[in-house]
Amino acid sequence: MPNEAKKSQSLQKFEPYMEKLEPYLEKARAYRDKVLAMHNDSLEKTIAIALSICFVCAILVSFAAVALKPIQQHNKALDMKKNILEVAGILEPGMDIDSAFAEKIEAKIVDLASGDYVEDIDVDAYDQRKAAKDPALSERIPPEKDIASIKVKAKLAKVYLVKSSDGQIQSIILPVHGYGLWSTMYGFLALDADGQTVQSINFYDQAETPGLGGEVVNPNWRALWKGKKVYAESGQPALELIKGVVDPGKPGSEYQVDGLAGATLTSRGVTNLVRYWMSEEGFAPYLAKIRQNGVG
Amino acid sequence: MSAVINSETKKVLVTPLINENPITLQVLGICSALAVTSQMSTSLIMAVALTSVTACSSAAISTIRNHIPSSIRIIVQMTIIASLVIVVDQILKAFAYDISKQLSVFVGLIITNCIVMGRAEAYAMKNPPLQSFMDGIGNGLGYSLILVIVAFFRELFGSGKLLGIEIFQLTKDGGWYDPNGLMLLPPSAFFIIGMIIWVFRQWKPVQREEADFKIMEIAHGEGGHH
Repeated sequence: MPNEAKKSQSLQKFEPYMEKLEPYLEKARAYRDKVLAMHNDSLEKTIAIALSICFVCAILVSFAAVALKPIQQHNKALDMKKNILEVAGILEPGMDIDSAFAEKIEAKIVDLASGDYVEDIDVDAYDQRKAAKDPALSERIPPEKDIASIKVKAKLAKVYLVKSSDGQIQSIILPVHGYGLWSTMYGFLALDADGQTVQSINFYDQAETPGLGGEVVNPNWRALWKGKKVYAESGQPALELIKGVVDPGKPGSEYQVDGLAGATLTSRGVTNLVRYWMSEEGFAPYLAKIRQNGVG
Repeated sequence: MSAVINSETKKVLVTPLINENPITLQVLGICSALAVTSQMSTSLIMAVALTSVTACSSAAISTIRNHIPSSIRIIVQMTIIASLVIVVDQILKAFAYDISKQLSVFVGLIITNCIVMGRAEAYAMKNPPLQSFMDGIGNGLGYSLILVIVAFFRELFGSGKLLGIEIFQLTKDGGWYDPNGLMLLPPSAFFIIGMIIWVFRQWKPVQREEADFKIMEIAHGEGGHH
């Protein structure tokens, strides 16, 4: 039984400590017996029970949270990749997400102010959401410009490109976020290489009212975005959600998407976040450079 | 073991399924029954989550029932239930991420589900741990039964599928079935639960409630006097 011998050996190391602890344990046991024997409604027992319940529950909850964190983070990362593949229109049921992502998607870091790529940074390690919280990597948005109600933005954004085999851009996938009714909605907007035509939009993190604003994740509604245009002829972002149903015959309908029924504020939030991120504050400089140079 | 699984254990396990079903007889916990039943998969996960929380919290509360000071009784129960719900939520986020995303707030809302607290207060405070555990399982299964029945009808008639597998081919995919959009909305669960309650009470008249007020029969000739 080498295993058992090892075990008792390692236990032996603790023995001197255990001996020192013994008197305290003894006291603790005596106190426990005393408390348990007390009348249930005495003040001391009430406090002792309340504290020990909190202690046990706190240990249980923190153990679960800490022990499961690595798996949860892996799920989150996988879900993010899945969302990017989905918005790019290349997700198929049952595909290996990690390898498909590595094969088809190219991540790039963009300096929002200039619209240029930043090369001297570890793309995989850069987390735009974390950077937005770091004062050194983010900047405050002046209130009059902050239509998406996000207060701060990271200076660098992580965009994703899908390229064909001859290097032509097929989709530009931009991270967007903004405030809805209850929550900040995080999502991706996929554009054609012209930086103007919408391919798709999706939201991977939001906590809007399920059934109303939460319908931003509804595939049928999201399908309405395909082919819509972002910029009006003036160059300003014009895409918006309207109340009711878009009349495709009307002029300007290419800039309009049906609003979500029963979710006026969430719809307004979506309009605002798209307009913000497509403006000069967001990705307009970058998209202008892409249009100029053709290849990103 | 046969001594452990005695008639009382069997009783607490079986009666909540039909005779004392928490949803149809006690009309508890229907908020989440409306919210998560548009698909079978979400309602199955919700059913498992609620059953395990009810069983474990009942067992834990029953274990310490003789030492819970009555002045903080409810908050002690809530603390235990809430901790277990957080643990279940964390486990779902780790091992059933997509479904936990769909269930969103409703896992957390198990804390406020009347069934869990109701069993703790009504049963676990007075009975030994193993029986309380079984009582929790029984009531959880009673809830699950209704949840699954509702989800069955909603998913089948709302999207022509069961557990995501196509049963009726939809007209938009070239089939014959035109889905009933109402079934995907929460109110449809109200109608289905209502019908289940009606069927149960038709089948077991004991479950019918006495009317709170009865309309008085006025004897002939007495009307009009004041």
